[in-house]
Amino acid sequence: MAEKAKLMQGNEACTMAAIAAGLEFFAGYPITPSTEIAEMCAEELPKVGGKFIQMEDEIGSISACIGASLTGAKAMTATSGPGFSLMQEAIGYASLCEIPVVIINVQRVGPSTGMPTSPAQGDLMQARWGTHGDHPVIALVPGNVKECYELTFRAFELSEKYRVPVIVLSDEVIGHMREKVVLPDPSAYKIPMRAMPASPAGYKPYAADPNGGVPLMAPFGMGYRWHCTGLFHDENGAPSSKPEVASTLMRRLEHKVGNRAEELADYVAENLDDCDLAVVSFGSSAMAALSAVRRARNEGHKVGMLRLKTVWPFPTKTVRGLLKSAKKIIVPEMNLGQLALEIERAAGCDRPVIRLGKVSGELFHPDEIFAAIKEAL
Amino acid sequence: MAEFLSYFRQDRLPHIWCPGCGNGTVTGALVRAIDKLGLDKNNIVIVSGIGCSSRAVGYLDFDTLHTTHGRAIAFATGVKLARPNLKVIVITGDGDSAAIGGNHLIHAARRNIGITTIIINNDTYGMTSGQASPMTPHGMLGTTAPYGNVEYNFDLCELAKAAGATYVARATTYHYVLLEELISKAIMHKGFSVVETLSQCPTYFGRKNKIGGPVETLNWIKDQTINVKAAAALPPEKREGKILIGELHNVEKPEFTQQYLEVIAKVQRTNPTYTRNKGVPGCELNSD
Repeated sequence: MAEKAKLMQGNEACTMAAIAAGLEFFAGYPITPSTEIAEMCAEELPKVGGKFIQMEDEIGSISACIGASLTGAKAMTATSGPGFSLMQEAIGYASLCEIPVVIINVQRVGPSTGMPTSPAQGDLMQARWGTHGDHPVIALVPGNVKECYELTFRAFELSEKYRVPVIVLSDEVIGHMREKVVLPDPSAYKIPMRAMPASPAGYKPYAADPNGGVPLMAPFGMGYRWHCTGLFHDENGAPSSKPEVASTLMRRLEHKVGNRAEELADYVAENLDDCDLAVVSFGSSAMAALSAVRRARNEGHKVGMLRLKTVWPFPTKTVRGLLKSAKKIIVPEMNLGQLALEIERAAGCDRPVIRLGKVSGELFHPDEIFAAIKEAL
Repeated sequence: MAEFLSYFRQDRLPHIWCPGCGNGTVTGALVRAIDKLGLDKNNIVIVSGIGCSSRAVGYLDFDTLHTTHGRAIAFATGVKLARPNLKVIVITGDGDSAAIGGNHLIHAARRNIGITTIIINNDTYGMTSGQASPMTPHGMLGTTAPYGNVEYNFDLCELAKAAGATYVARATTYHYVLLEELISKAIMHKGFSVVETLSQCPTYFGRKNKIGGPVETLNWIKDQTINVKAAAALPPEKREGKILIGELHNVEKPEFTQQYLEVIAKVQRTNPTYTRNKGVPGCELNSD
């Protein structure tokens, strides 16, 4: 099939990618600036035999998605800050019970109702630590409309492969921006699907290598008759309060994603090898940052750019290696320094990490970042 | 007796419930109802929330889903809509379904989704040692109502009916035969069905309110109830203050997931060019 160019919105690209990945179930609740995804799913899913339901709130939405996923259906929800906060308990449930689910969070300014139609990147830490307790999670950040498509598809691949909730951290600008996108040939894609057991005989729902293994997942309704519980459980799925069972489970879950942090690293680097100053950013902030960095390069300054697409698990060693030449680092982000915390940790404390935070609900202008580069040089 | 053991994960027993608790009675009624109906074990998913009663699913040999507090019906909604051919049964308590999960209860009723919800109402939060619940009667004691409950409780059956549930019934753990019969009917009903079961918590509710032990608490429940058929023949003053048990509401109305399947069929008829195979990439879906 010939590649087709299309003008589309980030939210639209997320939806199309999800359907391409075999989305069968969407449950959601209206919230700006993510609502277009629910609207499109309501219209498109029945055409491919999928199901859409508008739930009574975001807690119900993610809960229904987890229920659907347990039957073998690929499930997704979409929301923004306040709804993402409401989903946190169930995200922890999906992490512990290892239920694949994809969550698109089109970020807006918060906390609280904030500014619903203005962009932000303030949910970076919530995406990692929003639910209680240590837990595995993967979060991907698209930097343009095409990446909304690619990373949503990738979210399904990772979610199915590792049985974890995967969060696509979009933002209001990326979600609503329209760009010309050439979609890849669908035949180039392999539809993601979790590994399933061959037969119910001897099935142990949580049997896996303690060093980060992923158990086989049986769909409900196929004769496996297994127990899924948010209580700590042994390899048979039986609730357990035994210290060794709890510890083994928690460490396996941590290793499952944490041990793969460098393998899951996904980023775009430009002119980092010889740079004196590096700008590290993500999402829509990175668009302005890249423009400023290139301008500084054109003026002869040794400035490089790193844009992260996988933010959780954080690829610490990869980032440290990429930034080894930089004597100073600037981190423009639409929050008050959440990504900068990780960059400080990865870069070490011997060089300054300059926080260029913005929480006014406005996008960065390249001039602001260029001025910060000039000041730092 | 022995044949019913096959419905339990015997390696997970004994259960955690207190001596004299009503949860076992309701769980027993559920498996006997399933057995008598001759349903396929592999075609049933049982979902629960958090609380004493919600622990029942851990002992039952089906696909079972022990979820977060209050959300059992929301999880069950996902199971049922994704796979409408499955029988989906929710076991929940009064705190789980009427307080933290009240919103999901009324919205599932409004949709008339084909889920059977068995609410084990013991008037208290037993798992956390006897706090007042939305079903604690006015004036009764709980650890968070030490001077008597100043709030009023729901009539859960009226609530479910008003919200749109198409089968609503109430039984007690005393009226076992009725309980099993009502659960059977609820499971076979097409639409959202609710069976509220008044049950005893002698450990916390009975003791705190000086009702007595299991037998006295069970009798205390029995004495408040009157069968809906018997009540119909009585003058209003004799029904005053009594809780009706029996089948309270049973109407036919299109079920949600069946209606959704009709939508899919209709949409696919009018969009014949769309890819129907769920496993095939749909990049071209919106290209025109």
